[in-house]
Amino acid sequence: MSDVSETAERSPETFGTAPDQRRNGSSVLSRAATMFLKQREASVLAIAVILFIYFATTTTAFVSHGSIVNIAQFMAPYVVIGIGLVLLMVCGEIDLSVGFVWMLSPYVMHFFVDSGIPTFLAIVITILLLAVVIGGINGVVTTVFGVPSLITTLGSGYIIFGYALTISSAQQINLPPESLGLGRWFGGAPWSEIIWATVLVVIFQIILTRTRWGLYTVSVGGNLLGARESGIRVNRIKIGNFMMCAGLGALAGILEAFKNNIIDPSAGQLAVVLYALAGVVIGGTAMLGGSGTMIGLWLGVLVLAILQDGFNLRGISSNKFQIILGAAILLAMIANTYLTRLRSAGRLQSKA
Amino acid sequence: MSTPETGDVAMTTPKADDILRVEHISKRYGAVTALVDVNLRLGRGEVLGLIGDNGAGKSTLIKIICGFQPPTSGRILLNGEEVHLTSVTQARSLGIDVVYQDLALIPQLTVYQNMFLNREQVRWPLLRNRSMRKAAKEQIDAIGITTLKSVDLEVASLSGGQRQAIAVARSVYSDAKVLLLDEPLAAMGVKEGAAILDLVRGLKDRGISIIMIAHNYGQVLEVCDRVNLLQGGKITFDKYRQDTSLEELTEMVVSEYRKALEDRHRSASGTITGS
Ligand SMILES: Nc1ncnc2c1ncn2[C@@H]1O[C@H](COP(=O)(O)OP(=O)(O)OP(=O)(O)O)[C@@H](O)[C@H]1O
Ligand SMILES: [Mg+2]
Repeated sequence: MSDVSETAERSPETFGTAPDQRRNGSSVLSRAATMFLKQREASVLAIAVILFIYFATTTTAFVSHGSIVNIAQFMAPYVVIGIGLVLLMVCGEIDLSVGFVWMLSPYVMHFFVDSGIPTFLAIVITILLLAVVIGGINGVVTTVFGVPSLITTLGSGYIIFGYALTISSAQQINLPPESLGLGRWFGGAPWSEIIWATVLVVIFQIILTRTRWGLYTVSVGGNLLGARESGIRVNRIKIGNFMMCAGLGALAGILEAFKNNIIDPSAGQLAVVLYALAGVVIGGTAMLGGSGTMIGLWLGVLVLAILQDGFNLRGISSNKFQIILGAAILLAMIANTYLTRLRSAGRLQSKA
Repeated sequence: MSTPETGDVAMTTPKADDILRVEHISKRYGAVTALVDVNLRLGRGEVLGLIGDNGAGKSTLIKIICGFQPPTSGRILLNGEEVHLTSVTQARSLGIDVVYQDLALIPQLTVYQNMFLNREQVRWPLLRNRSMRKAAKEQIDAIGITTLKSVDLEVASLSGGQRQAIAVARSVYSDAKVLLLDEPLAAMGVKEGAAILDLVRGLKDRGISIIMIAHNYGQVLEVCDRVNLLQGGKITFDKYRQDTSLEELTEMVVSEYRKALEDRHRSASGTITGS
């Protein structure tokens, strides 16, 4: 948030410390390095690049069209729900139910299309309905009744789970044939889902850092009482973010249904939430609220996708992959904490 | 000398043009009664010092006047008319602004973001960061906070006194008519404290009416026109500065303390003989 101007403020000092040619060269380098490290997203970007180079040089077919498409398709839905999770974590909450919204939403869309509503409208109505109803209930129970959101959304998640199983009889169903044309724009075509995910990341990064809503979201997570004392309507901010998270879950479910060309009761659920959370925290969003980044999320999920794709191509079984995934989460977090410490040390130094 | 148990304490006479009047305010938090029956007036352009022990209810009273929380009973008159304060934002629109004891700053936001929190400049949908940053810089320079390197620093990285200065600065530039300062000097060094006192005098010269809470009676007498003591949930002392002195204020509080000690001693020995 403060990068631009802090850099500007620092530059005269940096020039001042470079009296002779030789030191000048190294100071430009170190300035570039400091600027890079100052970005919260720097560490996870570095990890992604290193992993990419590693697999590109050691694994055949990693840098092929099929493999890249695979990475893109794999990461897209986690990025979409991860956006909602970042919003909630920044304001100090969490949503475990979003994976069950993902599971439910294509069935709801199917119902609306069956009732004669055009596909596009059906998608919009589904997203808005689930956002308002499920996000609203999660938000109100959490803020008004004071139930911790981990518990609220655990409960609501089970309810949605049971409801989705009941209305679907736990059966796969085909997408409505009349929806398939538009469905290409909603995950059906190979690149469409990652485009959705990326555009949404850009939009929500701007919302988080450049709008009043984002400022208040950070405030609520950073100092709840202080935000309330400043006159911010903190419950409204939290409920709104619960709604956005549920809406993004609904979108992810629909995108996945069109991508897989089937509506499947085993889609989504808790596993996808945990996976997306891994991406969120690897990306540098604080567990305790008050700070977060959408671009970091995108990169964090990319790291997971590279690992998945790379080890898959090397013939590692998906059972063993869980171990690698767990280790990756821990290593990335350690690297992150370490780099953050370096970064703040650098800042203190430059102030002195 | 006033006694805490009487309802008919010698009070200063209300004036017709008092900007703020608080009448029969009480506040209960569940079983805790913080304020019993507070009557308080603030003259136009006056600086009122509010003193009292820890837990006397000073902050509670401030939070009622600034719209943060409703009183259990009682009413507030602004310019002689009763107002129903429903939120901090509404109170601010009526011209009442506040510096909280806990400062209400967001550690993860920068100095200028904190200074404009909930009063942002917006060109929808985006914040006008550049213009807010510039204004914040000017305000900080204008009130003479010299130790602050940049308005782009995160508040988390500032010292306690710097934070307090920022919290004061943001209320000072809010074109408030009534300013409530809850211990604005608590974290200040001698020099910074003097600067804040100068600031308070400057605000008074601009015609702003101020209620200031402080524990240092010397500082209170330095800037305040009048002093009120909050004790047992009521205002038990109300005098103009020229009618009181540091000795009187100190003596009043210390004698109160001695009496409490004696009471405790007496009741303790009473329990022993009784058992
Ligand atoms: N939100 C709250 N819930 C319950 N009790 C509260 C709350 N806020 C204050 N109190 C109680 O009300 C009483 C008055 O507290 P208050 O903060 O107004 O005191 P104060 O005069 O500002 O003290 P200090 O000088 O320490 O700041 C205390 O007994 C406190 O425990
Ligand atoms: Mg207090």
